[in-house]
This record gives sequence, structure tokens and C-alpha cells, in this order.
Amino acid sequence: MTLLLRTLLLAFLVTTAAVAIDNEPAFEDPAMQARYDALIRELRCTVCQNQTIADSNASLARDLRREVRRLMEEGRTDQEIRDFLTDRYTDFVLYNPPVKPRTYLLWAAPGLLVIIGLGAALMVVLRRAKAAKDNPAALDADNETGSP
Amino acid sequence: MKVRLGVLVPLGLFVVLVGFLFFGLFNDPREIPSPLIGKPAPTFNLEELRDPEQVISNGSLAGQMYLLNVWNSSCVTCRQEHPMLMQIARSSKLPIIGLNWKESDWPEDPEVGRARAISWLSRFGDPYTKIAFDKEGSVGINFGVYGTPETFLVSPDGMILAKHVGAITPDVWREKFMPLIGQPQGSAS
Repeated sequence: MTLLLRTLLLAFLVTTAAVAIDNEPAFEDPAMQARYDALIRELRCTVCQNQTIADSNASLARDLRREVRRLMEEGRTDQEIRDFLTDRYTDFVLYNPPVKPRTYLLWAAPGLLVIIGLGAALMVVLRRAKAAKDNPAALDADNETGSP
Repeated sequence: MKVRLGVLVPLGLFVVLVGFLFFGLFNDPREIPSPLIGKPAPTFNLEELRDPEQVISNGSLAGQMYLLNVWNSSCVTCRQEHPMLMQIARSSKLPIIGLNWKESDWPEDPEVGRARAISWLSRFGDPYTKIAFDKEGSVGINFGVYGTPETFLVSPDGMILAKHVGAITPDVWREKFMPLIGQPQGSAS
């Protein structure tokens, strides 16, 4: 069983490598290649909007990869490359939205939801505790019909 | 009273959610707002499509308001938009500058694309005063173009006044472009 699983996993790894979209030659410097790989995975393809430019074989995605490559070869930093693209396509091209007034709610949402959830849970627990103190019989009845 | 509050909170959250969804209905996720409006048009320096000897640049177009229409011959919406461009060319003095973008998809020879674009124009009509030929596609990227057709209105001092993504329909022309163009063409503004 584990052998089968391993074989499948290995096959999967091999195929993903084989169907890579980007057919440009790799950078000679592995560090540059790593930067390039990271960058194209966080930039959105503007025509095929739910793909990154690394995933997309749209011709615009190829052009954008070429621009990223060119800017890297010019010695620009990652941030300068992101700025180059947001100057043209707005923050929309970034899969990782920047923290700024417009996105405060977006970034705060997970935390807020956890707080709301904890608050609600606490309220329920406190209310039940109070009900148990006031009228223990009612709670027992509730428990019998309630969760397993 | 306490029970009522417990009902109101989920109801309130539900109303907020419906509000978001309702506004979402009127938001086109495919329409990326242009950060370029009110900014100078990106500089470019390209061959003319029909006359490769000629160079088209911001400099050669300065001093007049113009429409910059991004198109190519394999774009279906451009074909749909084309009669409207022909009509604008006939009825208005506003020059229509073409930006032929992504005509050739790699690895096609750009010259094959050039010939195809020219024959497209001779078949359907040519509304363009000049056509810049963006072989590399990088001028289109500098303009933030992500699909054809896209149309920019550029002021005499080289500022982008408006951008439209998709075909120009008579309504779009009347409501989005006409108010910015003003009535008498060629007057100082």
C-alpha cells in the first residue's frame, strides 16, 4: 500500500515537472532562478484571472514572464518589479495584497472572525452555566435531546 | 429581550453579506481599473504597420488629442467594434491611432502578422490615421493592456484622459468619450 502510494506520488512529481509551462532557459545563477520562480508565482495573469503567470500559458502571461526576466537581468529588486507591474495593472496583479487602508478589513477579517466566534461561544457557555445554576433540571433535559 | 438580540445578530450579519453580494453583482471582475488615467501616456517608439520606414512616437503625436485603439486581426471583439471606429473616423476630426498589439503569437514571424493585419484592413476598411506596430508587445504592457480591444483618449499634452476596455459602442462613445472630447475638434484645450 505504501509502495503504491509512493509510486503514485513520485509519478505525480515527475509529471508536474514535465508539464511546466515556462519553456525559457533557466537562469545560470540558482538564486536568480529561485527569485524568478517565487515572483512569477505571486503575480496574477490579467487575462486568465485565476492563474498566476507561472501557471498560465496565455500569450500575455508569457510576455509578463519575459518582462520579469528582463527586469531581473537589469538588476531590479523584487519590490521594484512588483511596483513596475502595479503601476500598469494596479494591485490586482498581486496575489498577495499589500496592507493599506483599502485592505485593512481584508487582512483583519480572519482575526475578527475568530474573535466573533470566540465571543459567541463564550456567550453560549456563560448563558448555559447561568441556566444550569438557576434550573439544573432544565439543562439535563436539554442535554438528553441535544448532542450525542 | 435577550432572545431577540440573539436573533438580530445573525440577521444583521446576513444583511451585511447580502449587501456585499448585491454590490458584487454590479462589479465586473474582468474590468481592471487603469492606474494610468490622468497620467502621461507611456513613451513609445514603434514602426508604422503599413509603412515600416515611418516611426510613430509620443513626440510625433504631441499637440493634438487622439484616440489610441489597441487591436489585432485575430481579435473577434475588434471586428465587432470596427464599424464604430469607421464611423468615428468619418464623422470626427479626432485622429485614431492604432496600436497593433499581439498580432503574432510566438513563434510566428512578426512580418507574417503584419501582412495579415494589412489584409484585414483592406478587407474591412481602415479607420486609422497611423498604426504603431508593437511587435514585442511591451508597449501594450506599458499601457496596462490585458486584452484587445482597449481604447485610450490622449490629450494634446500627452495625458491619458480615459480608457475603455472592450468594444466601443455608440453608448460608450456618447457617454464616456464625447464629453471629454468637446465639440469643436482642434480647438485649444
